[in-house]
Amino acid sequence: MKINVNGRDYKIAAKPWRTLLEVLRYELGFTGTKEGCGTGSCGSCTVLMDGKAVNACLVFIAEAKGKAITTIEGLSREGKLHPLQQAFIDEGAVQCGFCTPGVILTAKAFLDSNPQPSESQIREAIAGNLCRCTGYDKIVRAIMNAAQAADKGRV
Amino acid sequence: MNSYSVINSRAPRLDAPDKATGRAFYTDDLYFPNMLYGALLQSPLAHARILNIDISRAKRLPGVKSVVTAKDVQIIRYGVSPARYDETILAVDKVRYVGDEVAAVAAVDWETAQEALGLIQVDYEELPAVFDPFEAMTEGAPQIHDAYTRNICAEVHQEFGNVEAAFEQCDLIHEHRFVNKRQDAAFLEPNNAVAVYDQLGYLTLYTSTQVPHYVQRTVSMVLKIPIGRVRVVKPYVGGGFGPKASASTLELAACLLSIKTHRPVKLHFNREQVFLHSRARHQFFHTFKTGVKKDGTLLALHNTCILEGGAYSSFGIATVYYAGSLLGGPYKLPHMKYDGFRVYTNRPACGAQRGHGGVAARAGFEQQLDIIAEKLGIDPVELRLKNIMEAGDTTCNELNMSSLGMKECIEAIRDHSDWKQKKGRLPKGKGIGLACGFFVSGAGYPIYRSDTYHATVVVKISEDGGTVQLQTGSAEIGQGSDTAFAMIAAEALGVRYEDVRVVSGDTDLSVDLGAYSSRQTLMTGYAAKDAAEDAKCQILEVLSEALNVPVEKISVRNGLVFFEGATPDYMPIRLAYIKEHRGWPYDDRPHDDHLTFKEAARLAYLKRGTIVGTGKYKPPKLGGSFRGAAVGTSPAYGCSAMIAEVSVDLETGEVTVEKVTDAHDCGLAINRTSVEGQMEGSVAMGLGEALFEEVKFNDQGQIINASLGEYKIPTALDVPPVQSIIIESNEPNGPYGAKEVGEGAIMPTIPAILNAVYDATGVRITELPITSERIWRALKEKK
Repeated sequence: MKINVNGRDYKIAAKPWRTLLEVLRYELGFTGTKEGCGTGSCGSCTVLMDGKAVNACLVFIAEAKGKAITTIEGLSREGKLHPLQQAFIDEGAVQCGFCTPGVILTAKAFLDSNPQPSESQIREAIAGNLCRCTGYDKIVRAIMNAAQAADKGRV
Repeated sequence: MNSYSVINSRAPRLDAPDKATGRAFYTDDLYFPNMLYGALLQSPLAHARILNIDISRAKRLPGVKSVVTAKDVQIIRYGVSPARYDETILAVDKVRYVGDEVAAVAAVDWETAQEALGLIQVDYEELPAVFDPFEAMTEGAPQIHDAYTRNICAEVHQEFGNVEAAFEQCDLIHEHRFVNKRQDAAFLEPNNAVAVYDQLGYLTLYTSTQVPHYVQRTVSMVLKIPIGRVRVVKPYVGGGFGPKASASTLELAACLLSIKTHRPVKLHFNREQVFLHSRARHQFFHTFKTGVKKDGTLLALHNTCILEGGAYSSFGIATVYYAGSLLGGPYKLPHMKYDGFRVYTNRPACGAQRGHGGVAARAGFEQQLDIIAEKLGIDPVELRLKNIMEAGDTTCNELNMSSLGMKECIEAIRDHSDWKQKKGRLPKGKGIGLACGFFVSGAGYPIYRSDTYHATVVVKISEDGGTVQLQTGSAEIGQGSDTAFAMIAAEALGVRYEDVRVVSGDTDLSVDLGAYSSRQTLMTGYAAKDAAEDAKCQILEVLSEALNVPVEKISVRNGLVFFEGATPDYMPIRLAYIKEHRGWPYDDRPHDDHLTFKEAARLAYLKRGTIVGTGKYKPPKLGGSFRGAAVGTSPAYGCSAMIAEVSVDLETGEVTVEKVTDAHDCGLAINRTSVEGQMEGSVAMGLGEALFEEVKFNDQGQIINASLGEYKIPTALDVPPVQSIIIESNEPNGPYGAKEVGEGAIMPTIPAILNAVYDATGVRITELPITSERIWRALKEKK
């Protein structure tokens, strides 16, 4: 079967009970997608599937057939960081970094549908992404700043 | 204002770009050709004798390359403290908790390894198990380790001053009991290990650890490979918080299987296994009896504590000492008595977690101070200000506060939270509470008895003179230590931050005891400064000779060389440098107005060969001479204070923490953003323990919430915005006056919330977590 990851088609021969997470990490080498729990509780493996944030550990590979998947590796283009990535770096929203790819992708899908969110809307949007390091404050601020930067037309 | 160029700023973290783009490698991201996949067979029973293990069917399964049990290795016990080595790679004769590792398998893929586990036949004779520490201490309770009667793993009795006599002088004595729950560290990255044993007999272990050095020693000791042939490499680590601060079966079994098969072997814990391995926060049953004069002067404390420790010692012997010693400050307390017992049970072993040993003690004691303040009619802020220590004070248990911004912390949070307007004046259901704390800035002694340096650092200047490489065995686990060391080295050398590259987390690079006891900023930072100064000194010596200018008259800042007095003629150096770069297509011309560090460093290389600076740190002899005096000693102490504002639904008992004002004295803040990050992360972890975290068991000793869905840690919706106030005392023993923030910051969180909940409801909750049900019951009882 074929899946499209970060704009490129991949032909894969995975057993149907394989998860999207396993295929991304261990067959295609997109190791930026992290496994924190394997049960959809932590959000570390969040990727975008047709623009929607999903837990890759809960998606059977068959469900991803023909879908466009975006992983963290696909967010920056030719070394140019996505504004969310830049904001996370600038605000100090990255500590151990294990949750970071998932939170950034969740935030990406969220801002795409709600470009001018309030702080509480951001908190709600990322409530499925656990972070044990930061206390979330700097993450929320980074997302807020990225939204505001986009609003000012800098993106 | 200080005059630093690099430190004390908000420099962006070195690792953030790689982490934000998914390029940062963690252990599970590693792949080696020919790699095998391992799996561990774990005990389904809490306590049982192993009668027989039949591995023959598993061995015959196609794809299985090795199956090992305790019979395949010489039994060498290991653990954390050499005084309590009570673990083996795989269970010998007995299993002691649900999850105890019995056998390990390596196969060509995960599925085959898992299938092989199912083919191993273990015959157990189930033994009576004990889960409650009080029951475990009674005569006739099932004995978990032969050498420890009544299951007492460690026992501490200390008295400083004369507590009984002091109680007679007191106007008020209050006693209460306080209990927390087992907490899981819930770091996001489950433990992983990849071992690679090569044809020359060298073993390389890649592992998600906080302590490459201790893992190296343990692997060497247990598998009988000389230390020099064992290399431990720590890729990026997805959080540690304590439980990754010791060697585990995961790591040792990966090594063993790689040695057996001569192939790389990867092993990992899934999330359930992370809970089973545990090594996280103990459950503490504290009783505090505190005596004061009626003006609020603290006179005496008798603290007793029972720790439910689980099946092995892990860090427990240190934990039980810390649960006493960390109440020696930050208040002047002339008389203190402590009786502590750490008890084995048939549950996963507890170990160290952020705020090691001191978090529950601090929570209960700060709650008791609040009770005492109310009884005496003294404002809780005033009671604390009256009793706090200052820089230069020594606690009754001989801990020296070489710097202590306790007063500044308390005043800062008081003034930034409108305490005076709010305390006692908030409507029903709203509350405000305060607490303080302090913590070591690095353990004063290594875990094993040794005169070893606690940190060595190498600073190598690239031969072209333009880049600095800092090499350290220390562990970046998310706290930002690599960044801090790059900043320190840049400051000390006088170069730009972006010209320093850090290579870390590898035992080949240097000796470093690792990321535990909040030690790296002070200790590794000190060695980093020392190494950078050494390298700089070598370069300036060469420059001094070449220009005939005394070394004292040369300084370096932002990569430029400055001379006191007349600028000597450095054109010969510059011309030589330019000639070396003739024909380069890009502009690499040195600075117009100044000789650059790069030119000077190049000159030094041409005269002396590669310039390498070395640095080291070892604390002076610290602490008293009483038994256990080492635990709690440190070259410096961080301290903190926090005010929590909560609202409590008086119908349902639901608590919401609405606002936190937090102050921490970290000495000079090397990186201000990272300091805030530690403070805010500490608030979140403390809030979780205060409000809902609890590892729960059934009556078979099985964890019933071993997942991140059922074991709830705070989400973005649970943690309020935190106002972080950095207080900067000048720590004489730290590099540029810096000291810890990583663990000390958690100390006041739980008691500040407890005290705020009381202010909101009028009921004292003395057992964590502060669930709706506990509040609802307490409110009902009060009526």
